Amino acid sequence: MSANTALAEKYRNNFLKEIEEQVEMGDWVKMCMQCGVCSGSCPTNFQSAWEHPPQELFMMIRAGKREEVLTSSSMWNCTSCYNCIVRCPRKLPITHIMHGIAEYAHRLGMAPKMQPTRFFSGLFWKNCTHTGRVNELKLSMGLYFKDGLGAGIKEGMKMKDVAIGLLKAKRLNPFELLGGHKCKDQKGIQAMLKKAYEIERSRKAAKMAG
Amino acid sequence: MTEHVATNETILVVGGGISGMTAALEAAETGKNVVLVEKNPALGGRTSQLYRYFPKLCHPTCGLEINLRRLKNNPRVRVLTLAEVTGIEGSTGNYTVSVKVKPRYVNENCTACGDCGRAVETMVDDPFNYNLGQHKVAFLPNAMAYPQRYVLDPAIIGTPDADKAKAACKYGAIDLDMKEETIQVKAGAVVWATGWQPYDAAKIQPYGYGRFKNVITSVEFERLADIHGPTGGKILRPSDGKEAKNIAFIQCAGSRDENHLRHCSRICCMASLKQTHYVREKYPEDGKSTIYYIDIRAIDRFEDFYQKVQADTSVNFIKSKVAKITEDESGNPVCHGVDTEGYKRYTTPHDLVVLAVGMEPSVKGINIPGHIVADSSGFIEADPANGAVFGAGCASNALDVNRAVQSATAAALRAIQVVNKVAKAEA
Repeated sequence: MSANTALAEKYRNNFLKEIEEQVEMGDWVKMCMQCGVCSGSCPTNFQSAWEHPPQELFMMIRAGKREEVLTSSSMWNCTSCYNCIVRCPRKLPITHIMHGIAEYAHRLGMAPKMQPTRFFSGLFWKNCTHTGRVNELKLSMGLYFKDGLGAGIKEGMKMKDVAIGLLKAKRLNPFELLGGHKCKDQKGIQAMLKKAYEIERSRKAAKMAG
Repeated sequence: MTEHVATNETILVVGGGISGMTAALEAAETGKNVVLVEKNPALGGRTSQLYRYFPKLCHPTCGLEINLRRLKNNPRVRVLTLAEVTGIEGSTGNYTVSVKVKPRYVNENCTACGDCGRAVETMVDDPFNYNLGQHKVAFLPNAMAYPQRYVLDPAIIGTPDADKAKAACKYGAIDLDMKEETIQVKAGAVVWATGWQPYDAAKIQPYGYGRFKNVITSVEFERLADIHGPTGGKILRPSDGKEAKNIAFIQCAGSRDENHLRHCSRICCMASLKQTHYVREKYPEDGKSTIYYIDIRAIDRFEDFYQKVQADTSVNFIKSKVAKITEDESGNPVCHGVDTEGYKRYTTPHDLVVLAVGMEPSVKGINIPGHIVADSSGFIEADPANGAVFGAGCASNALDVNRAVQSATAAALRAIQVVNKVAKAEA
């Protein structure tokens, strides 16, 4: 049984409880009074990708729409501007809840695979934990080629003036492609990450089993 | 003015609005001596500043008139206007209260003939109209002011207007030498009925109150609708005096908001529903009201009032708390937000936006002399630690007129019990 089916079984018909227990800051969801100030204040305008504004997501959670919420790309579109948190009359940490739901959907393997924010987050983590330093050239190229070679070249050409500018200003080093700069203590970094993974895995496993 | 001397069998009522008047009268009509202290030059408080009451839509002159008649007939109530309590000492059954009395510059000889008002020229902002208009420096606070006596604004003193006013008075009623004084009043119990103030709408930054002229508060809207108000009862918007026919009402402006007022102010939904009647009354053909709300709280038996407004085709309800107000080139306020029924974004211009501002207890943030227990919103709690200081009306909770009167009667009863004990009339 996958983690997803196990948890769906465990919280059958009580998606709100699942969110409260599994999602960081999820216990705030019940406090929403559906005033709509969060979505009205959202700079993303949720016009194309922002299908469900925050208060709708909260209502969907309460209505038990598990599948729709967890597979939605909406919470991935949050830009963390914190406007909603500042204005929420109930002081819900909406930005954090958005990230919490996104992370939970990712943990269950329900998140849309090619959603750019999700894709970029994965790419960034892999990139920076590889050597302990971010390789910006590889990172941006990885993002350009996300939708295949053709789309990547097209995107690269579109951005070429910016890239040339960065080269001239010595903000972009083409030799980064051949490995790039790294932390001195490679072993130490990897050992630290290994330990962190261990701690996180055991914490989340306990939560999911709990 | 000294019909009786205050003793520890006297009840002191602080605040002369509908609650304070009620508490004072209820106590006095059972035979207790009462001192009623009012900060403004006339009684009536916020109630007198309303155009109409809900739910019957009658004018506040009616309810106040009854109370004023009771007051005039009752020698046991001594009214001090322009007076503020500055200190309370003592304990249950034995308080000594310091009251600061500001000069009115007009004595009991005044017949309210209005000659002084006609003689002077300087104008100052009129707080009775929430500074939407101005009045002369020699003025009657409002049409049905009690005491029915003129007042001179302190700004007049030392100017030629002061002498003009004095010269115009045929009754020798103007006394420019009056000085501020502090008097001591004995009391067995104190009823604290200092009421409420509209929440400072400028603090709700995204709504632009104070930046956009055509964003006003619900209390200001009452003055616009009132025939005695600054526009003579015409609903004209402040920026250009244009008739405001398409009006938005924004509920919970400050209330139910952890960043502003934690509590539901209880009256604002009913106030806005009531105010849609004003719009229809003034512009029966093309008046249009839009109420932006989270949920309508027409408390208690007011549900039928709400249903009647819902049935009115000139009133539109949008379930959404407006996120932001901007202003377009023609000075129209534009409401931005998301309709939570269908989650559609809207950007809607109106002629005028009325913020249904919340009720903040007047005692909040002010040091009530003596020790007073208040709740997290600043309303006075019924707590034994308060001794014989009892909250009444909106000093104790967010209440409409009806409930404020009930609360005041309850407070009067508690005060009566205390002074009865002092008088050994009650065990």
